[in-house]
Amino acid sequence: MSLYYLQKFLYELNRDEDIQKQCRDNIDALLKSYELDDEERSALKDGDIGLLYVLGVNGQILMHYAAFLGIEWFDYLELMRQGIDRHGPVRAGVYAMTGGGDAFTEEDTHQ
Amino acid sequence: MSLVYAGVLSHAPGITGRAHLVKNIEERERFYARLDQQRREIEASGAEALVVMAAEHFGNFFMNNMPAFCVGIGEKYSGPIEDPEWLKIPKTEVAGAPDLGRRLVVEIMQSVDTAYAEEWKFDHGIMVPLHFLTPNYDLPIIPVNINCQGPPLTPLHRAWAFGEAIRRACDSVPEKVAVVGTGGISHWPATPDSGKINEEWDREFLDRLMRQDKEALLSYTNEETYRDGGQGGFEIRTYIAAAAAAGGKGDLQYYTAELPIFAVGCTVARFEII
Repeated sequence: MSLYYLQKFLYELNRDEDIQKQCRDNIDALLKSYELDDEERSALKDGDIGLLYVLGVNGQILMHYAAFLGIEWFDYLELMRQGIDRHGPVRAGVYAMTGGGDAFTEEDTHQ
Repeated sequence: MSLVYAGVLSHAPGITGRAHLVKNIEERERFYARLDQQRREIEASGAEALVVMAAEHFGNFFMNNMPAFCVGIGEKYSGPIEDPEWLKIPKTEVAGAPDLGRRLVVEIMQSVDTAYAEEWKFDHGIMVPLHFLTPNYDLPIIPVNINCQGPPLTPLHRAWAFGEAIRRACDSVPEKVAVVGTGGISHWPATPDSGKINEEWDREFLDRLMRQDKEALLSYTNEETYRDGGQGGFEIRTYIAAAAAAGGKGDLQYYTAELPIFAVGCTVARFEII
């Protein structure tokens, strides 16, 4: 478990356009600089929002990453719910799903 | 006295980024109108710089070196770090106030050990307030961060002490300075529970804040805040610091929990400066 470096990678990615370009061009080379386990490395290569959420990535870091991936808002919320369905509760941090994961908005989720 | 304005306002990426998804258009426009009134009040104060006490979200600070407080003393800043299409705010450059910022830091350090930074990339926590309060980016900005994100968090009583230090620092310079605190009260952003708001808890906090009830404001434990206000509730630190800087009672100009797509209760308030 190397949640610290998993989050550090995303933190640096989110704030640096050069790293974003490297990520798009050759993510394998980029990830070599971070001490990640296989599950974490796989989640990043797949852009697996649900698994990253369950692994405990800080929600703000993950939200910015989802925006970088171009994921629409309601899809992003649903991916986190699916992550919990597949992998169980959030394993670390303060962004656990404590409210049941209901849709708290009345807006049309298909806009 | 050079502190000429003190207030608070909500920030959240949805306030700009998901404005098009709002169903309650009238409420959204009432909120935006209140923010515009806050802009006019700051302009009318004659402020020559705006201190934005924010709760940044890993745009600059990480757990490799997390300060409890940081003050920006750069000549310029850039933002947003987020995808501008997602936030609906174009990337831009914002002028800082390096000389004033340094003098404020020197005075703040007499009582609070703050970090300082000449580089700062703004995220939605600062860009959303600026979008409404200085839409032409023509007012120099001094960004401030209070650690509301990476536990161990800044204690509430230290946020209060920091607000008082900001006030002393503003009073030590000849320039007219405006200060805003920006954060959320209860909210569960960036979780599947996004949009959940504990209005009762928000109103209780705002009542304490408007009354300048220091003892009641500082009595929240992190565990209580997490339970009742979510991890987003940790951002009450920015509001508490603004109240401490002002010293006077507050005027709650706007609050609604009726815009859940913004994922935060929306607040605008101003404090009397005494």
